[in-house]
Amino acid sequence: MALYSEKVMDHFRNPRNVGVIEDANGIGEVGNAKCGDIMKMYLKIEDDIVKDVKFETFGCGSAIASSSMATELIKGKPVSEAMKLTNKAVAEALDGLPAYKMHCSVLAEEAIRSALEDYQSRTGERILCDPPAHIGAEEEE
Amino acid sequence: MIIYADNAATTKMSRAAIEAMLPCMEEQYGNPSSLYSLGQQAKEILEKAREEIAAVIGASPKEIIFTSGGSEADNQAIRSAAEIGRRNGKMHIISTAFEHHAVLHTLEKLEREGFSVTLLDVHEDGLVRVEEVEDAIREDTCLVTVMTANNEIGTIQPIREIGAACRRRGVLFHTDAVQAVGHISLDVTNDNIDMLSASAHKFHGPKGVGFLYARKGIRLSNLIEGGAQERGKRAGTENVAGVAGMAAALKEAAAHREENAAHLTAVRDRLIEGLGQIPHCALNGDAKRRLPGNVSFCFEGIEGESLLLLLDDKGIQASSGSACTSGSLDPSHVLLAIGRVHDVAHGSLRLTIGEDITEEETDYIIRSVTEVVAYLRSFSPVWRDLCAGKTKFIL
Repeated sequence: MALYSEKVMDHFRNPRNVGVIEDANGIGEVGNAKCGDIMKMYLKIEDDIVKDVKFETFGCGSAIASSSMATELIKGKPVSEAMKLTNKAVAEALDGLPAYKMHCSVLAEEAIRSALEDYQSRTGERILCDPPAHIGAEEEE
Repeated sequence: MIIYADNAATTKMSRAAIEAMLPCMEEQYGNPSSLYSLGQQAKEILEKAREEIAAVIGASPKEIIFTSGGSEADNQAIRSAAEIGRRNGKMHIISTAFEHHAVLHTLEKLEREGFSVTLLDVHEDGLVRVEEVEDAIREDTCLVTVMTANNEIGTIQPIREIGAACRRRGVLFHTDAVQAVGHISLDVTNDNIDMLSASAHKFHGPKGVGFLYARKGIRLSNLIEGGAQERGKRAGTENVAGVAGMAAALKEAAAHREENAAHLTAVRDRLIEGLGQIPHCALNGDAKRRLPGNVSFCFEGIEGESLLLLLDDKGIQASSGSACTSGSLDPSHVLLAIGRVHDVAHGSLRLTIGEDITEEETDYIIRSVTEVVAYLRSFSPVWRDLCAGKTKFIL
């Protein structure tokens, strides 16, 4: 059995939305190099819609795939909806991650939220939404 | 193109090993403990293998105990020395921070049983200093265990000198030679070795079999109790086919050792030279005092698992000491022991090449690793910050 699902490998081999948005109005970076994973998300939000999203990731295959999938899941969505992105949704969209890699999906969720919060602090807009609970990541902490 | 470059993990079995094993399964399948001819034929195969293996390392056949592999041999050697020490009121053991877990975890267990353990630092060149071993020896030291060659960075330790220091001080010396046997010249007498562990599948033999050399007079403790096999020191019906395969593989490796080492060293040095051209990388361990087939690098700004997956897509099978490949949060204890910080240790790559590697494959590896490292750096936020001067390059 392969380590990762076909979906994970597809997003790892052909990551979507890789790169930088020069005029991003929301940027979030989470993780640290000591732990081996860093994700940086760039958002371009217009009229409360995530018009564009790009990412840069230092990390393992599942970290890159999770970043890629997370960008796909929020692109074109209203900010309020993007704010509801969960690590579970990222992992499920990837047809699952190995238990010890679930933290990669958590990192993706946190990177998106961090970028949205950056947007919020820049614009002064309040996004009304409780952060969702992380699923399946407890054992990693 | 498929290039297997993880020979430190395991090796492809040699034709000679397979051919030595087949008759043990199809014809001489008797139990060596049985007195009828089929059993005695198996016994003969076993004892012939013991002689051949002993001859390669300069031991006498009675000093060889067959085990299930390197880990068992390490466990038994250390447990035996500890038991001898305990009887003599000597409960201090010296080892190094970058031993294999078969050694480190056994030592941790002994610590919980009341032993005190000194783990020596390894220098940045991946080498243990003889003087430091000697300085660490105390009145109550019962064992020094230092690996012959490291499994991740391939550095070859000054075991002859360490063994000599142990002899002078009357302390037993064990060496985990799993990565070395069959690849570099070893002689238990000249190298002052009291106990040595080896594993067949690291030199083109089968998995699940290895041996422990223990100098005559060293009383071994059993890990497995039962029948009187292996002079009563390792119970269980012998793995005759495995042992026959191991002997055939070792004989072949020993016969071709010099030519293999010359070829591998040339390829290794070409890889080190080629991969060394990648910006902000570092070779792990001394460039010369290392196993002929070992190349280990750290690349700044990338993570090892993604590097391995992309190399696999290009047909190159290698390994890394990154946390993500180990399933733990920490990168390899070996890389940390030689002073690589976490950030950099995550971006490690180990290539352990096989004897059949060609020049074309060597160049393909250099090209592929260079490409993949550049690609991963192209969207690494760590690399971006390094290049923008926001953080300082470590390598």
